[in-house]
Amino acid sequence: MPNVYLRRTNRRRWLAFVTACALLVAGQLWLHLDSRQAFTGVWAGLAWLWDNFMPDQAAWHDLPTIAYQLWRTVVIAIAATSTAAIVAVGLGLAGATTTGRVRWLRGGVRLFASVMRNFPFVAWALILLFSFKQNDFTGFLALFLMTIGYLTRAFIETLEEVGGGAIEALEATGARYWPIVIQGVLPAAIGGLLSWVLYMIENNIRDATLVGMLTGTGIGFTFDLYFKSFRYPSAGLVVVALIITTIVIELLATHLRQVLTH
Amino acid sequence: MTQAPQPPVRPLRPAQRATRGLLLTLAVISIYAGLTMQTDHLDWGVAVTSFWHNLQLMIAHPHLGQDTWPALWQAFTNTIALALLTTLLGAVIAFFLALATARPFAPRLLALAMRSLMAVIRAIPTILWVLVYATVIGLGNEAAVVGLTFHSVAYLTKAFAEAMETVPPAKLAALRATGCGFWLTVRHALWPEVRASLLSWTFIRFEINFTNAVAVGAAAGTGGIGYNLFMASAFNFDFQEVGLIVYLLLAFAIGLELIAIRMRRHLAH
Repeated sequence: MPNVYLRRTNRRRWLAFVTACALLVAGQLWLHLDSRQAFTGVWAGLAWLWDNFMPDQAAWHDLPTIAYQLWRTVVIAIAATSTAAIVAVGLGLAGATTTGRVRWLRGGVRLFASVMRNFPFVAWALILLFSFKQNDFTGFLALFLMTIGYLTRAFIETLEEVGGGAIEALEATGARYWPIVIQGVLPAAIGGLLSWVLYMIENNIRDATLVGMLTGTGIGFTFDLYFKSFRYPSAGLVVVALIITTIVIELLATHLRQVLTH
Repeated sequence: MTQAPQPPVRPLRPAQRATRGLLLTLAVISIYAGLTMQTDHLDWGVAVTSFWHNLQLMIAHPHLGQDTWPALWQAFTNTIALALLTTLLGAVIAFFLALATARPFAPRLLALAMRSLMAVIRAIPTILWVLVYATVIGLGNEAAVVGLTFHSVAYLTKAFAEAMETVPPAKLAALRATGCGFWLTVRHALWPEVRASLLSWTFIRFEINFTNAVAVGAAAGTGGIGYNLFMASAFNFDFQEVGLIVYLLLAFAIGLELIAIRMRRHLAH
């Protein structure tokens, strides 16, 4: 007996498979990709990296500069994320359905968060560089503006998880808005909020290299300088330092998140 | 004189202690950053007014500049194709690598090696991969594809492996007990369980890769709309065109976000 259900799911499966393959081929054709060159390039690139980026004697002399720039970058990424978090808590309280009391403000906050989240950060970096010139503050501002949309959206969801029940219970005791928020909602949500902050710090330290390249600040600029003046061993040392920093921060953040949410 | 009995001081829970410690650390670091921030050649009044002026130009008066519509459109579709191709390639490769990383399938040593390797690749920013490949293969789409794929594979392998580890081991054991081989187990026990979550991770990566494709074009000059954005802003100082490109990118990204919300709702049911 032919199984109609099986035949239909089979057809859908094939359709999905064929669509995926078609998209792959279409993408390749669209970009005029030379697949063989790209494929052999993968190994050539790794070999090149190994040959040229190995830190040598001269590179170790740059270590103090690299370490200092990396430290500045990490500090500024943390400061930008923390500052953005303070603003995002305010926006999150106004935007969450449980704590936001003004309807149009809730919608406005959500729209603002969505636009900021999707605003291309390359554009932020470039227009900030034009006005604020090449200094630490430009990098700080770029990371701050990039973070605010993400955190607002994440905070709205975290704050809503606290639930209306707890708020209603506190209201029944006669508590007013701010005491409810400060002593009821925020303490219940703080673990979740801080987990998001940690996640964004991790992310921002990864992105700081790119932002630094575009705005001419921090470790991104240091790398760009070495790379463009063909001092590859020093650039390699920057990469090694970046790998270590990122992995340490990732492990630290993962550990802290586990402690916070238990 | 007798003292009123004091309520016993409750010791803090580990989570509370961690919360206080973290808040304090973040505050101290932020204040330190604020105090030591270098603001050379910065005239606050001029900077803020010029920033505000440019923002107004961008938002209120988007306009075509040096580029023509067809050129801009070509660059835009190039960026989308780049994001699509690297995400799909990354997802396919990551699926097989995740099988070698997830605990129920891989031997412990192999899993550990894979995990470490992926962590290292992820720690290197996408832009560095692209710059390196632009030097070796030459500026162009190939460099961008290879560079973006590298990072996507490392990211998705981690996400996929974590998704695979949520499959109840009893399910896999049951199929193995009936004599199913490795691929049959994967196909009939693993795949139906993880399909939805792999799909949503792939979609998240598509959004990330779209942003990255723009950034890579701007910072490495490998083409796509990012390059136009960079030229309009850093070379021609034409903020009206920057505004136009930003609107184009925003429209696409918000469209993706709406699709993602729908997809999540669909998968949840």
